[in-house]
Amino acid sequence: MTLVLDALAWLFSPERLTGSNAIPTRLLEHLFYTGISVLVAALIAIPVGYLIGHTGRGRELAVSISGAARALPSFGLLLVVVLLVGTTRAPLAAVVAFVLLAIPSVLAGAYSGIEAIDRRIIDAARAQGMTEWQILLRVEVPLGLPLLLGGLRNAALQVVSTVTLAAYIGLGGLGIYIFRAIPLRRYDEMLGSAILIVVLALVVDAVFALLQRLSVPRGITAGRATRTRGSTPGPRAPMGSPIAYK
Amino acid sequence: MIEFRSVSKQFPDGTVAVDDFSHVLPTGKATVLVGSSGSGKTTLLRMINRMVEPTGGQVLIDGTDVAKLDRVRLRRSIGYVLQAAGLLPHRRVIDNVATVPVLNGVRKAEARERAYELLDKVGLDRALGERYPSQLSGGQQQRVGVARALAADPEILLMDEPFGAVDPIVRADLQLELNRLQRELGKTIVFVTHDIDEAFTVADQVVIFRKGGVVAQAGTPAEILAHPADDFVASFVGADAGRRSLQLQHRPGDDRPLVVDRDGRPIGVLESTVEAAPGAGASAQGGTAT
Ligand SMILES: Nc1ncnc2c1ncn2[C@@H]1O[C@H](COP(=O)(O)OP(=O)(O)OP(=O)(O)O)[C@@H](O)[C@H]1O
Ligand SMILES: [Mg+2]
Repeated sequence: MTLVLDALAWLFSPERLTGSNAIPTRLLEHLFYTGISVLVAALIAIPVGYLIGHTGRGRELAVSISGAARALPSFGLLLVVVLLVGTTRAPLAAVVAFVLLAIPSVLAGAYSGIEAIDRRIIDAARAQGMTEWQILLRVEVPLGLPLLLGGLRNAALQVVSTVTLAAYIGLGGLGIYIFRAIPLRRYDEMLGSAILIVVLALVVDAVFALLQRLSVPRGITAGRATRTRGSTPGPRAPMGSPIAYK
Repeated sequence: MIEFRSVSKQFPDGTVAVDDFSHVLPTGKATVLVGSSGSGKTTLLRMINRMVEPTGGQVLIDGTDVAKLDRVRLRRSIGYVLQAAGLLPHRRVIDNVATVPVLNGVRKAEARERAYELLDKVGLDRALGERYPSQLSGGQQQRVGVARALAADPEILLMDEPFGAVDPIVRADLQLELNRLQRELGKTIVFVTHDIDEAFTVADQVVIFRKGGVVAQAGTPAEILAHPADDFVASFVGADAGRRSLQLQHRPGDDRPLVVDRDGRPIGVLESTVEAAPGAGASAQGGTAT
C-alpha cells in the first residue's frame, strides 16, 4: 500500500513538471511516436485493405500476413529493425517497427469493414448503376467505418504500449522513467510511470471507442433490426478491447 | 423491345442456369417469367442489365446488343427492383429513391422533389421519406424499391419477386398498383415470380420455365390456361386439378352471367367491363377467385 502511495507521490510531485524529463515533454514524445506510426500504418494499410475488401481478392494472403505479423514480439522486432536500419537513425527505425506492428490491425479493420457489409446491398448499388468508385466511397466506406475505427483502435493501443520500449534505444517517451528507475531500484518511479502509461492507454482507447460509436451510420442505429453483419465484431481484438457497437 | 437470342449461361462452377433461350419481350408490355426455384429466371433478368454476362448468345434492347453498351449507363437507364429490396441502410428513404437521378447529376433538391412524387405514386406517405430503411416494414421497403426503380423514368423495369416479402393482402394491393402504374406509364416490365397466380395477375405475356431455363410454354394467360402445352404446364397452372376451369352460367331473367367452378359453386358475376379488358379476362379473374 505504501508503494502505491509512494508512486502517486512521485507522479504528482511538482518536480515532474520541470527539467528535461518533465512528464508533459515525455508525454508529447510518446504521443508523437504513437500518432505518426498509426498515421503511416493507416496510409499504407487502409488503401490495401479497401482494395482487398472491395475486390475480395488477396484475402487469404492478407489474413496470413496479418496473423504472422501479430505474433511478432514487439521488443524483438524493435531491436532487429534498429540493427538493420542503423543505430544512428534510431527514430526512423523505431517508427518503422511501430508501423509494422500497427499495420495488421488496420488492414484487418479496413477489409473486414467492407467484407461485413451485406452483399445484397452492394449488389443493389451496382445494379442501380454506381461505378466501382461510387460503390467504394458512397457505400462501402461509410458502412465499413466502425470496423475500420476498431482496427485503428487496436493498432493505437498496441503502439501506445510498445512506444514505452523506445526509451531503451534512447528515444524518450514515457518509458524513460521505467528504464531509468530499474537499475536504481526506484520502485515509486517505476510504478508511478507505469500507472501513467496505463492511464494514457485507457484514454486512447476511450477516444477511439467514442469515435467508433459516432461513426455508426444513423440508419443503422435508428433501425429496429440491423441486418448488416457489421454489428458483430469483425477483426480480432488482440488487446482485449471488444469493439463496442450498441 | 428486349430480345434474347439463343442465350446461355454456364457459371464457372459448371452449373448451366440457362440453355439456348430465345424470346422477344414486347415494348410497353409486362412479361412475367415464372418457374420453379433454380430454373434460371433471375439469371435471365440480370442479363438484361449486364449484372450477369451470358456465356453464349446475345441480349438485345431495341436491336442493340447490350454487350456493346456501357454497363453503368445501361444500368442507370433500367429500373431494377431486387428481391430483397436492397436499399442503402445509411441513407434516408427519400435519398434512396433519388439515387439514380443524383448519380446522373440531377441537383439534390430537384431529385428529392421528384422522389416525393414517386412515394405518392407507390402509395407511401411522404413522411416516411425522412426515415431510414430499417425503420420501415418489409412491404414498405419493397414499395421504396419500386419507387427507386422508377426514379430515373426508365423505359424498362426489371422486377425480381418484388412482392415476395409481404402478406397476401398487401401483395394483391401491390399487384393492382403495378397494373395501374403499367397502364399509366407504359413501361416494358420484366417480372419474375414463382407464384403462378401473381404471374397471371400481372402479365400481358407469361413464360413458364422448366429447370435449366428451358421454356415449357409462352403466351398470354388466357392462352396458357385454355391450352396448356403439356402435363407439366397443366399441373403448374393448376388446370389439371380443375382449379382453373370455370364456366359461365346464363340464368333466365338476369343478363349478367354467373361464373361457377367445376363443382357448380358460384364464384362471381361476369361484369361486361372485364370482358373488354384484353388479356386480363375471365382467366385472370378465375385465378384470383379460387
Ligand atoms: N453466381 C452463381 N454461381 C453458380 N451458380 C449460380 C450462380 N447464380 C445462380 N446459379 C445457379 O443457377 C441456377 C439458376 O439460378 P437463378 O437464380 O437464375 O434461379 P431462379 O429461377 O431465379 O430461382 P429462384 O426462384 O429460387 O429465385 C441455380 O441452379 C443456381 O444455383
Ligand atoms: Mg431468383
